[in-house]
Amino acid sequence: MAIEVLLFGQLSEITGADKLTVTKASSTVELVQVLHKQFPNLALANYKLAVNKVLTEGNTVLKDADVVALLPPFSGG
Amino acid sequence: MSAQDKYARYQRQIQLKEFGKGAQDKLLNAKVLVIGAGGLGCPALQYLAAAGIGRIGIVDFDRVELSNLHRQILYTIDDIGLFKAEIAAKKLRLLNPEISIDAYQYAINTNNALELISNYDLVIDGSDNFPTRYLVNDACVILNKPMVYGAVVRFEGQVGVFNLETKDTKQKANYRDLFPLPPDSGSIPSCNEAGVLGVIPGIIGTMQATEAIKIITRIGNPLSNKIVSYNALNNSFYDFEIRPAMLTKVEFPKNKPEFLAFDYALHCDPSAGRHQISVLDFNALRSREPLNIIDVREYGEIPGVHEFEHVKIPFSIFKEEMKRLTPERTFIVFCTSGKRSAQAVQILKNTFATCTAYSLEGGIENWKKNSDL
Repeated sequence: MAIEVLLFGQLSEITGADKLTVTKASSTVELVQVLHKQFPNLALANYKLAVNKVLTEGNTVLKDADVVALLPPFSGG
Repeated sequence: MSAQDKYARYQRQIQLKEFGKGAQDKLLNAKVLVIGAGGLGCPALQYLAAAGIGRIGIVDFDRVELSNLHRQILYTIDDIGLFKAEIAAKKLRLLNPEISIDAYQYAINTNNALELISNYDLVIDGSDNFPTRYLVNDACVILNKPMVYGAVVRFEGQVGVFNLETKDTKQKANYRDLFPLPPDSGSIPSCNEAGVLGVIPGIIGTMQATEAIKIITRIGNPLSNKIVSYNALNNSFYDFEIRPAMLTKVEFPKNKPEFLAFDYALHCDPSAGRHQISVLDFNALRSREPLNIIDVREYGEIPGVHEFEHVKIPFSIFKEEMKRLTPERTFIVFCTSGKRSAQAVQILKNTFATCTAYSLEGGIENWKKNSDL
């Protein structure tokens, strides 16, 4: 099981990378728990999750090779 | 003007077989409002004017600053201190005198937004702050106007199309379906704090103009119910689909009376106002105790201030230069309108946790207007 995690905007600054692989996560809730444990500052940030490019709400079941993207709001113009 | 002259300047796009005179006529009959003549607005405006959008409105209350020039490519050093809306209109009229340009030299707010937007077919959001973004979004939802969204930070940008029904998207998404509520203030850096590579708004603003042209001419597939994220560092585009099932349940103004009564500054920053000082209170405090008054406007910005002693630390170098300050006296920070000074107060508070710091409400313009000296 390998979930590819993509990080956008200031989130990649928090994690130090714009791409991560998480092996132990069977749902988006589990994935977020794993990420927040590894990167506590991520818990303070505001973002939305997209599973395979579709933005999701609530808990979504993940399967091997899913791509989860974390999208924060930007306001700059 | 003969019909031939009318089309002459657009010949290179008219010759595209998907485009032709029909698409050009649609552009010439279209009215587009661009909110913000900054990093996103400048390139969007240039391409929209060049492409022959018949009527273009520009809303911006701000003046040109030196630190704008690396990305706001309509302006030159001769424009520093002048109003962006006016200068942008002047330059666009030189580029294309055959179209109409309306310059609105004020901030968009709940009182003027609905009337302003209702005069146009499509809105381009090139604003640089969340209160304006949520205000423009909600106004476009209420008026059922398509809106092309764009935002930038660091080496990245986002672009998307809201409130547009297409054959593929039966339900129209808007910004609130993506981010129903504004982020906590302070958690999201603005361009002033986080910085932005100058070409990024150039790319995103140009993409916004492209989407506007596609929507008006009905050529191609607009980015409806989608956000595309661009990262310059790894040359990647990544798109996010907003599903109608996600449509927000959050409370926000859905009609004119609710909109007029809504406070977007408070909505986006519940602590707004806490670190502001009114003109009256400032003048009273000034006569009572010595203050550390700081002007964060860039060098050369007008009006000059000779009425009270102050130090100048331009906002562009504020973060580095403020470290030499000592937080013994109360800080009063001012700029032109109170926007940059509010951010400077935040920086002071972050650096000197226990300091007392206020931003002069409404900036020096408001002070000059309301001080009887």
